[in-house]
Amino acid sequence: MTRWLPRVYLGLVYLLLYVPIGVLVVFSFNDSRSGYTWGGLSLRWYQSLFNNNAMVEAMWNSLWLALSAATVSTIIGALTALALHRYRFRGKKVLNGMLFVVMMSPEIVLAISLLALFLLVGIQLGYVSLLLAHVTFCLPFVVITVMARLSGFDESLPEAARDLGASDFTMTRTVLIPVIMPALLAGWLLGFTLSLDDVVVSTFVSGPSYEILPLRIYSMVRVGLKPEVNALGTLLLVFSLVMLMLSQWILTRSKR
Amino acid sequence: MKKTLLSLSNLTKQFDGKTVLDSLNLDIYDGEFITLLGPSGCGKTTLLRLMAGFEHPDAGTITLSGEDLTGTSPEHRPLNTVFQHYALFPHMSVFDNVAYGLKMEKRPKEEIRERVEEALAMVQLQDYTRRKPHQLSGGQQQRVAIARAVVKRPRLLLLDEPLSALDYKLRRTMQVELKRLQRELGITFVFVTHDQEEALSMSDRVVVLKDGLVQQLGTPREVYERPANLFTARFVGETNFFPGEVESIHDGSITVDVFGLKRTLRRPDFPVRQGQPLHVLLRPEDIRVLDPADEQGVAGKIVERNYKGSTLDSVIHLEDGTEVLASEFFDEDDPAFDYRLGEPVKVSWVDGWEWLLPEEADEPVHEDALTDA
Repeated sequence: MTRWLPRVYLGLVYLLLYVPIGVLVVFSFNDSRSGYTWGGLSLRWYQSLFNNNAMVEAMWNSLWLALSAATVSTIIGALTALALHRYRFRGKKVLNGMLFVVMMSPEIVLAISLLALFLLVGIQLGYVSLLLAHVTFCLPFVVITVMARLSGFDESLPEAARDLGASDFTMTRTVLIPVIMPALLAGWLLGFTLSLDDVVVSTFVSGPSYEILPLRIYSMVRVGLKPEVNALGTLLLVFSLVMLMLSQWILTRSKR
Repeated sequence: MKKTLLSLSNLTKQFDGKTVLDSLNLDIYDGEFITLLGPSGCGKTTLLRLMAGFEHPDAGTITLSGEDLTGTSPEHRPLNTVFQHYALFPHMSVFDNVAYGLKMEKRPKEEIRERVEEALAMVQLQDYTRRKPHQLSGGQQQRVAIARAVVKRPRLLLLDEPLSALDYKLRRTMQVELKRLQRELGITFVFVTHDQEEALSMSDRVVVLKDGLVQQLGTPREVYERPANLFTARFVGETNFFPGEVESIHDGSITVDVFGLKRTLRRPDFPVRQGQPLHVLLRPEDIRVLDPADEQGVAGKIVERNYKGSTLDSVIHLEDGTEVLASEFFDEDDPAFDYRLGEPVKVSWVDGWEWLLPEEADEPVHEDALTDA
């Protein structure tokens, strides 16, 4: 009794976590038009998904936005982390704390304030406004990931490189960046996923010229659950699993 | 006279208003093995970092064979460092670690390969070129760090407590190996340590540092046998301090009263006057433990004995409470030689083996001198 009880409990927890995902995957191959009855195996929803031009465009838009937002925030974030780690300056603590404020503040607050800012400055709502918004909420995550790596960084490594004849720039290129590379990748991936599935901030700062996937899905399901959405969900699931495995592979390889 | 390679003059360095080095002067000779010895916080590591160029002095100059290096950045100084925790590049193989410095000099590939292999052979690691640092033991990492630093054939090698992370046996092996390398390469070694035994056994000269000031500069023998002050005497090896008082002064000698014994000792270099209190320093191995019936010596009793293999170390309490450390070699005639606790003995020493130091302001010879003042 006491031996199988924990296992049953654990099984229930995982069942609760994975049943919805499993249902989604299974029903994406359902031939029936209704979302609740099984009509045999079929790939028709995948087909109709790829025939839906607006959907495919939103997918590419989302991917491009996530790629660019993750890259920009990794560059800015890594430099910020380096500055916070390396130099002592006035207001360093305040700056550090402000990162957490962005991270902890409700998304809706960030969304409203960004919208107000864009309207005030006169930025057209579209790709640029989305990019700026996404970089804003990805940045703290990148900074914190890179800082964690830097805090365990042996300070004598850059000194050893300088001692052996490397200029500051060469040292950064050949020693510093390779050593913190796992953290840069982790930060980038984090930014990528955050950007890819953001709804709240994007709802406020996107315009008609640039439709992205989460918003597209959201508007689709408002009028009723279409089986196409299941297919799309399955694709996204596979994509994130591949990304996850890729990142794990890179991380374990760099440790060796 | 030896040729000066690196000359430090009036070096001063402060961190947050705290003086770490106080207008320090030091000449390092070409080809010597010089050790900076001192407790933590004495400024020895700062001094090394100033030489390497990782820190810049607030005042003073550093010159290498007459060329001013004070403002030169580390990558342009013809000297290399072996770091305390090795600082090997974790993402590079052993070969790439050692080759790094030569790649920075943009040497041809063939030359790099030859010189790296030569350097690794010198530290017996020629079969490990493809390994990553974390696949090596501490001792092997240490050797890679040394190979990486000497492959550039620096004029001067700076070593920052390079053996402190190794266990005792490996340490002894590396000490011998470092000495051999230094002899073979003919490179000047500046070695930082807080381990006085290491300093004495490896160096040509020892610099004893405390609070950013040179306490003594001399050969290991000078530092051990003729300490310049109480700090050096205490820091380097174990010492017995006997309180003495000058009874009378003669031409080349003085008569000193030590525990009521009147001993005629060599006259020291510092000025003496009659009635002056002074410290009589005796290393444990200079102490002679005599039979209680002996006419000479001060009476006391054994309170502790430690068998050390080659020596028998004992602690003797004199009648006035002074503790004396004695270290005696086993005698071939009496292999069973030992003491029992509480055994009464007399303590003496061979004339001429003592070393005299004057009273220092914060260290009076007699405790009661403090209350008198």
